[in-house]
Amino acid sequence: MRQRVFTIIENSPLTDRVSLLRLRGDCSEIQRPGQFVDLALPGFFLRRPFSVCDWTGDELRLVYEQAGQGTARLRDLPAGEKLDLLTGLGNGFDLSRAGDTPLLVGGGSGVSPLLGLARRLRKQGVQPRVILGFGRVEELFLTEDFYRLGLTPTVTTEDGSFGIRGLVTAAMDVPHSFLYACGPLGMLRAVSEKSPAPGQLSLDARMGCGFGACMGCSIRTVNGPKRVCKDGPVFDKEELLWDD
Amino acid sequence: MGRLSVNLCGIELSNPIIPASGTFGYGHEFAALYDINCLGTFSMKGTTRQPRFGNPTPRIAEAPAGMLNAVGLQNPGVDAVIAEELPRLAKVFHKPVIANVSGFSVEEYAEVSAKLAAQPQVGWLEVNISCPNVHGGGMSFGTEPAAAAEVTRAVRNVTDKPLILKLSPNVTDIVSIARACEGAGADALSLINTVLALRIDLKTRRPVLANVTGGLSGPAVFPLALRMVWQVSRAVKIPVIGLGGVSSAEDAVEMMLAGATAVQIGAANLKDPFACPNILRALPGVLDRLGVNNIRDIIGGAHG
Repeated sequence: MRQRVFTIIENSPLTDRVSLLRLRGDCSEIQRPGQFVDLALPGFFLRRPFSVCDWTGDELRLVYEQAGQGTARLRDLPAGEKLDLLTGLGNGFDLSRAGDTPLLVGGGSGVSPLLGLARRLRKQGVQPRVILGFGRVEELFLTEDFYRLGLTPTVTTEDGSFGIRGLVTAAMDVPHSFLYACGPLGMLRAVSEKSPAPGQLSLDARMGCGFGACMGCSIRTVNGPKRVCKDGPVFDKEELLWDD
Repeated sequence: MGRLSVNLCGIELSNPIIPASGTFGYGHEFAALYDINCLGTFSMKGTTRQPRFGNPTPRIAEAPAGMLNAVGLQNPGVDAVIAEELPRLAKVFHKPVIANVSGFSVEEYAEVSAKLAAQPQVGWLEVNISCPNVHGGGMSFGTEPAAAAEVTRAVRNVTDKPLILKLSPNVTDIVSIARACEGAGADALSLINTVLALRIDLKTRRPVLANVTGGLSGPAVFPLALRMVWQVSRAVKIPVIGLGGVSSAEDAVEMMLAGATAVQIGAANLKDPFACPNILRALPGVLDRLGVNNIRDIIGGAHG
């Protein structure tokens, strides 16, 4: 973990509720896709954790969804504004376990970290299958970025307005060596149960500190209590307890 | 003795800056960021007899100039703290540490205190009779003078090590609780624990925290804490450790002027993991500007 000042290069809406934040600064502490940053917002006490969408050189991309007063404030910050970040937080996805045919499943804002993951899997010479789930066609974002990586994501929408009608599980009947997923808890559970392969799931949580000190985001696992921020946010699917 | 050193119950601290219990774990997250031996000492995560998972999540909520928490004393239990956490801590922290104790009965307080006090690394016991986030224990011992005195006596009976009682602000008369603890053998008092508080989600129309209520901390409570430290330090002869929203070297000086011998830093650590070293770096300059040679000379200085 490092504390670093980043400058906003771009802060623009991708959909009604989701925005892209491009930042310039020292990304050297970010080692793996699936890690996150904790961003201090002017006027708010607690930092806000956001999954790293992607990073290259000194450019960091985040995607954030409108969730409350903090993200509403963030949406108003113009390019040029400086932000105080804790970077390189959390464990991130383990790329070494991908195998030949990994499956990436993202739902809603959970699509974000899968882009950085997909880029690095491609660099490893692996061609992942990608399933991206949204509510309706107006909510789609980042899908063209996956195409740019030479991938053909399968898109599902709940109302059938684009791609396959239904939830991401409707598109999961494809053989795969390993599962990487990020999205709402209900989706993660359904995806995890549907996949016969081993896998890793990235969890979302309301956090206090973001670096393991406050115990604000604890979950129960088969290996005892774990902190989503420090021991996660990525957990082996076999490690999670769903009946809580 | 350096200009920042203070004496806390017969043990010299190289400076009065102490991370507060529950905001610093058992030290490791911060030891990975900076040399935590720069601190006066720190107060370890509140420890109970049995391992505790704590409350359901969400446990954290935003507040104007602060935060609410309802962690609910998550900890691995006293035996694991002694077997695992203290040996790990010994590798990165070479000063006496404060062991923070919680309980659900007088017997539990005494048993956990006795075990922790027997550890050579433990310099002080801080007995938490003020946790607002657990039920059937915690704060109920700290809201009534007789109960506070009973816990104090029970722990006093099992150790000669300096005994700090951590007090709740959620009372009508904190001075009466403070006096009861002093009378029952406490060597020092730390105050304030968090202030019982609530947030409601406008969209769901339900409380944000799964526990419904939580403890408010951060700059929002600083003037309240300062007032209570002022009142208590006037009323007792034992040292007072001031905490509640301290975020800067200036806040620390203000807390000491109100009567605090040392200062704990809580929520600030969670917002900025380098809060304590930053405060320590700024302190000498603040003292210079105020024409103060030794920080211990300002303790209670506002009382005239």
